[in-house]
Amino acid sequence: MTAMSRRDAARQQALSVSLATGAYAVSFGALSVAAGLDVWQTMALSLLVFSGGSQFAFVGVLGAGGTAAAAVATSTFLGLRNGFYGVALAPVLRPLAGWRRAWAAQVTIDESTAVALAQPADDIRARRTGFWWTGVGVFVAWNAITVVGALLGSSIGDPAQWGLDAAAAAAFLGLLWPRLATTPAQAVAAASAVIALVLTPVLPSGLPILAAALVAVAAGWRAPRAPEEVPE
Amino acid sequence: MSDYILMWIAIVAAGALAWATKYAGHVVPESWLENPRVHRIAAYVTVALLAALFAVQAVTSGTDVVLDARVAAVGVAAVLLWRRAPFIVVVFAAAAVAAGLRALGWG
Repeated sequence: MTAMSRRDAARQQALSVSLATGAYAVSFGALSVAAGLDVWQTMALSLLVFSGGSQFAFVGVLGAGGTAAAAVATSTFLGLRNGFYGVALAPVLRPLAGWRRAWAAQVTIDESTAVALAQPADDIRARRTGFWWTGVGVFVAWNAITVVGALLGSSIGDPAQWGLDAAAAAAFLGLLWPRLATTPAQAVAAASAVIALVLTPVLPSGLPILAAALVAVAAGWRAPRAPEEVPE
Repeated sequence: MSDYILMWIAIVAAGALAWATKYAGHVVPESWLENPRVHRIAAYVTVALLAALFAVQAVTSGTDVVLDARVAAVGVAAVLLWRRAPFIVVVFAAAAVAAGLRALGWG
């Protein structure tokens, strides 16, 4: 492929990923309102946090009766992986400074990283195209469709009657699913779920979820026998 | 301080921390994060928190473990994920199953 057509391919991928990812902002918007946030707060979460997992976690903890502090903590821990994406992207995006770097950081998420790094390693321009088009594309779609979801959510009555609580559980399962490819990851997931449930009756809401992060520390502390067992 | 203001503070704090985490990745020297232990734990933190959030959202209500229409809904969601259905389809199907069962008077 020529350099130009490789960049076209990156743009096309960016566009389809943006639309697909943006579409599920409708469920975030509705769930956020169901958890008790208003439309403005829901929009602010999408604009400022801009990371699906962290946003679902924030409203999920509040919806389960957790404190605002527990919501912030869980959301932040779930966003830690974005920091590692930045490390992987820095060589691709260099040189980057000032506002451009600040903006690149904001759109450093699962999708923009995946599309950027899916382009040929020797074609840095295609990788940059993939990153920026996906990052900005998802940002626009995600925020626009969040509003639709929030308005939809505030126009319906009892969230449970519409199955929104089940939708939230399915959303977490959908985010988790692609990360369960290895046996250790499956074991960590199972242990975390059990610990969260066992602690639910004894700890204040929100804390059982944070406690499950200790499973990650225990699991990651020792080097695995096979290096490829560690999830991305 | 009212709950409404407190919620706004939490939202802005979550946003600032999310951005700072992302920004840090772009600016810290690579060697700082090369520690394999840090890498492993970070990867597992995502899995652990998502699994815990899933469990709490699927089968708890307040401080009780409760089995209701959500169990059937996430069962359907799991089958759809296994069949590689798109995220949005999975979420809507789960909502529809739970809403349907509740309309019939179950869970």
